[in-house]
Amino acid sequence: MSSFGAVVRAVSLGRLRGQPGRLTVTVAAIALGVSLATAVFVINAGALNEFGLAARKLVGAADVIVRGPRQGFDESVFVRLAQEPGIDVASPVLELEVVPLGGHPPLKVMAVDPFRAAPMQPELLAGVGRDLMALFEPGAVALSAEAARELAVRAGDVLSVRAGAGTYDLRVVAVMPADAYAQRLALMDIATAQWVFDRVGRINRIDLRLEQGRDVGRLRERLAAVLPAGVNALNPGVERDRAAEVTRAYRVNLNMLALVALLTGAFLVFSTQALSILRRRSALALLRAVGATRRQLELALLLEGLLLGAAGSLVGVVLGQVVASLALARLGGDLGGGFFGGLEVVARPQPVVLAAFLVIGTAVAAIGAWLPAREAAATSPSRALKSGDAEQAAARLRPVWPGAAVGLVGAACAWLPPVGGLPVFGYVSVAALLAAGVMLVPAAAARLLDAVPSPAAVTWKTALAQLRGSASQSAVSLAAIIVSFSLMVAMAIMVYSFRESFERWLGEVLPADLHVRVASSSDTAYWTPADQEAIADLDGIQRIRFQRWQEAYLAPDRPPVAVIAREVSRDPTQALPLVRGADFELPAGAVPTWVSEAVTDLYGIDVGDTLELPLAGRRFDLVVAGVWRDYGRSTGALVVDRDWYIARTGDETASHVAIWLAPGASAEDVARRIRGRFERGEDLQVLTGTAIRELSLRVFDRAFAVTYLLEAVAVVIGLIGVSFAFSSQALARRAEFGMLRHVGMLRRQVVGMLAGEGAIMSALGVLYGLTLGFVLSLVLVYVINRQSFNWSIDVALPWVQLALLGAVLVAAASVTAMLSGRAATSAQAVRAVREDW
Amino acid sequence: MSRQAVAYGRRLLALAAALAAAPVPPSAAAQGHVEYAVVGPEGRIDLPADHGSHPDYRTEWWYVTGWLETAGGEALGFQVTFFRTRPDVPAGNPSAFAPTQLVIAHAALSDTRLGRLRHAERIARASHGLAGADVADTRVWLDDWQLEREGDSYRTRVDGEGFAFELALGATQPAMINGSGGYSRKGPRPESASFYYSVPQLGVTGTVERDGRREAVTGLAWLDHEWSTALLDERAVGWDWIGVNLDDGGALMAFRLRDAAGGEVWAGGSIREPDGRLRILAPNDVEFVPQRRWRSPRTGIEYPVSWNVHAGGQAWAIVPLLDDQESDARATTGSVYWEGAVRAIRDDSEEGRGYLELTGYGEPLRLPGD
Repeated sequence: MSSFGAVVRAVSLGRLRGQPGRLTVTVAAIALGVSLATAVFVINAGALNEFGLAARKLVGAADVIVRGPRQGFDESVFVRLAQEPGIDVASPVLELEVVPLGGHPPLKVMAVDPFRAAPMQPELLAGVGRDLMALFEPGAVALSAEAARELAVRAGDVLSVRAGAGTYDLRVVAVMPADAYAQRLALMDIATAQWVFDRVGRINRIDLRLEQGRDVGRLRERLAAVLPAGVNALNPGVERDRAAEVTRAYRVNLNMLALVALLTGAFLVFSTQALSILRRRSALALLRAVGATRRQLELALLLEGLLLGAAGSLVGVVLGQVVASLALARLGGDLGGGFFGGLEVVARPQPVVLAAFLVIGTAVAAIGAWLPAREAAATSPSRALKSGDAEQAAARLRPVWPGAAVGLVGAACAWLPPVGGLPVFGYVSVAALLAAGVMLVPAAAARLLDAVPSPAAVTWKTALAQLRGSASQSAVSLAAIIVSFSLMVAMAIMVYSFRESFERWLGEVLPADLHVRVASSSDTAYWTPADQEAIADLDGIQRIRFQRWQEAYLAPDRPPVAVIAREVSRDPTQALPLVRGADFELPAGAVPTWVSEAVTDLYGIDVGDTLELPLAGRRFDLVVAGVWRDYGRSTGALVVDRDWYIARTGDETASHVAIWLAPGASAEDVARRIRGRFERGEDLQVLTGTAIRELSLRVFDRAFAVTYLLEAVAVVIGLIGVSFAFSSQALARRAEFGMLRHVGMLRRQVVGMLAGEGAIMSALGVLYGLTLGFVLSLVLVYVINRQSFNWSIDVALPWVQLALLGAVLVAAASVTAMLSGRAATSAQAVRAVREDW
Repeated sequence: MSRQAVAYGRRLLALAAALAAAPVPPSAAAQGHVEYAVVGPEGRIDLPADHGSHPDYRTEWWYVTGWLETAGGEALGFQVTFFRTRPDVPAGNPSAFAPTQLVIAHAALSDTRLGRLRHAERIARASHGLAGADVADTRVWLDDWQLEREGDSYRTRVDGEGFAFELALGATQPAMINGSGGYSRKGPRPESASFYYSVPQLGVTGTVERDGRREAVTGLAWLDHEWSTALLDERAVGWDWIGVNLDDGGALMAFRLRDAAGGEVWAGGSIREPDGRLRILAPNDVEFVPQRRWRSPRTGIEYPVSWNVHAGGQAWAIVPLLDDQESDARATTGSVYWEGAVRAIRDDSEEGRGYLELTGYGEPLRLPGD
């Protein structure tokens, strides 16, 4: 018995041969966890990569990017910079979101002077073809291959778009080759775009290439002094990152969920290995007795875990890649979340990533196997050979103080601020609290079981006694389900709370009967004063409120905040979902603004503070009169009075209209009148408040569909763990069952006892998981959600869902326990008793 | 509707009336065309007024070529060309970026030590004062490149990768009006023509910078100013042109337009004697006979770089300073051409120096704006 190979054969082969079904399920569980983690990672990495590629091509060779808000700034800034010493090329850009007719999503248009853009974005301009002057033709537009595909147009075709509330026929003069730009994009001549979209004299970006040897930092400082308020000279890196930054919190959250699935899988390995080693204790001790060293045993058990992990992980990464490709094809790069707006992502297999997940999956499984392996190998053979020793071994996992310490660390982490805009400590907190929860399971199980009153029925009595006697072993088997169940509870509470708050918020922000906008993007689709007059004159309208949405940069390196100009003076508490400032007294002469929670979180200002708002090239001091909840924009929004806005900017256009119907008027009639008043009226977005609420909730549910899926998988893995635990315990206890049969217990009663054990244990697990899950949900809502998305949520408990979920778990556990009991008691009782001798 | 909304509506109505008067951009379907001025035989060049630009014509250029000598005695050729072109874009766009006029500039330095041209090109729309061509006098510029007439002399300044020059060009003779009073015919149809004058024998002083090393130079240059709308006959694919400052103070200009088979579509030229007598050459007075050919290693195009030119009874051998004087200007004018310093040899002795231009040897020549 000296060779390691012989030890391995003795330790593991028997198990592999004896239980192919269980091994398959273990491997499958690991595969499931690994595949989910791989898929989410591949999708996110693919989306990020596409973001990066697209942004890099748009930035091109620029050393500095001067960027203002979408509504732009005067083109004289470009003239000035073009003559600035040290600047080699200055390229004026007007970036617009144009809405093609026919229900297409908004199309990003980059309007440039092709001659000045050619050295800056060579690949894009080369894509237009040899003759850049084709862009000078009236209404000329060049489309990326992807845009042409989505719009189903070819070179020479007409592309009708919204311009104001009217329409304009652009002409496609070129379709770029696919490698020029992979996403949807249109190029136009700046003069055409300024004219067609009524932006004469305005641009919103200038790309700068410096003369060789010029100091970029110094130039940026010099520019900061001459640029209008709200227009910033940026490092191209900021520009590249900004697009990705908006979605970063969402992507990180998905990655975290995927890791939960992976870790649950690992925990499953731990619990199955722990139990199967406990079950083989006597066999292992015998091996020690006949000469196998501790180290050999430990390694053999570790190898077993490694093999299981490797097999599962291999299946998992392949499956993950397939799932990623399917998900991208069906749901898009944001998994239906609506965050990446039309980004085309391809899941290219990345060998390094796949290899990494293979290693991670295997390592996690090996660690799961190693802990019990160490314990088993460390035990002296004589002790292990004694019956009932298994419980003593497991009881060693019982001390309370490490779990309590970890829990305290987790709680403390919940109070720490975000790191780089991400709730890093929030995740640490969840992980620590979860770990603490698991570590405290054995102790808690023992105390809870002591607290359960002794039942009268003999089956239940025996079940309880049995559980009390082996509390620690049962606890190990429960740990996996507690991990996944508590996470599921936490997520369910968080999502339910969010949905409740969201629904209430929708009602508050959409108080009117009808909400109308020209298109989903208001950049080039809006109502002129004449259009507004025409709408206001229609029959059936009692009250009407126009809004203009613009944007402003409160800080150069952050995404812009939305500036919403609307009538608020009547009573802001009625018109906005205020969370603070309802009774704020505005100082005389001060100009009020109402900011979203994100503005307070990101820019550190609150009610009563002064906010410096760059608008139309100037800075205005506004006083924060209230803070409102905004689930629409995690990057911040603020409301200003529209009359004040028009007086300061001269912008009298409106992008949104809220309409309160006159008594007796029907929404359908008014909607029809509005549509009839405008060109291609059927493309206008005219929706009742109820319809928007329903639509928004559908989008909400779709965005969380993947979350639900990931959770469900974690719970299924957890359930598999429970059933393993019960069946392996049942098998291990065949001798005991034999004895019980000998002393007169019926087979039915033994099986009933096992079902009772399952029910009691899982009920306790559910209770424990609920408590732990509730604590975790508080961290999710108040720390992770708040720091990721900068909006608050009111906690609400989904009692029915939770009760149902708990009942399903208890039922599943009882049934599994019963089934495994039936299998274990089918053997001859006599033979079973003999086995122990 | 509430009273407030009605009052609001009135204000809107006033605005709507104002807006109704604003021009609406033409849709892509409504394609307008620019009406260009046409070159005709009745036209006359009138200097100094015609030194300025002629924005109503499709294409115009100011073409300066010449020989330079460094203090060390090294001979260099240089070329600066500013094109003005009016694209066929309908008027009416109120945007200051509207590409109603474009400015294109080429600059080259023929460097025998390098064995090829140092070449740079630029293109921009004439807008915001950053590029343009003055109507009143010769003043064309594109960012910091420029060519400007001041009194009787010109100044030019250009820079490219690894080279730059800044030159003052002083007139020593009056302008030479080519063709019939400036109407220079280029084809069988009368509208295939340009208005064209040259300023030969320009005395040059200035500096040339190569790879960061700046040197003072002196030399002799030639300026062509030519504007047209339909210069090329439909059969013509390119032309051969020479402009030579003769050592005795005279000037020789000759050109011919070729068809795809290499045959002559039209020809012409001017010879000015040292005493100022001017002879205008008819198609029959000019003959270009190719001699040695050189193939570009970059484009594969073969150019006859050495010629025998018979003009007005004189027989000249035209020999290049350097074989490789090819300019690739596909990024701006869309053409590849050979434009280089040449010696004019008569009876085995060099009697003048000038420039030879060979166009349309690769693809048929397209003039900017065509």
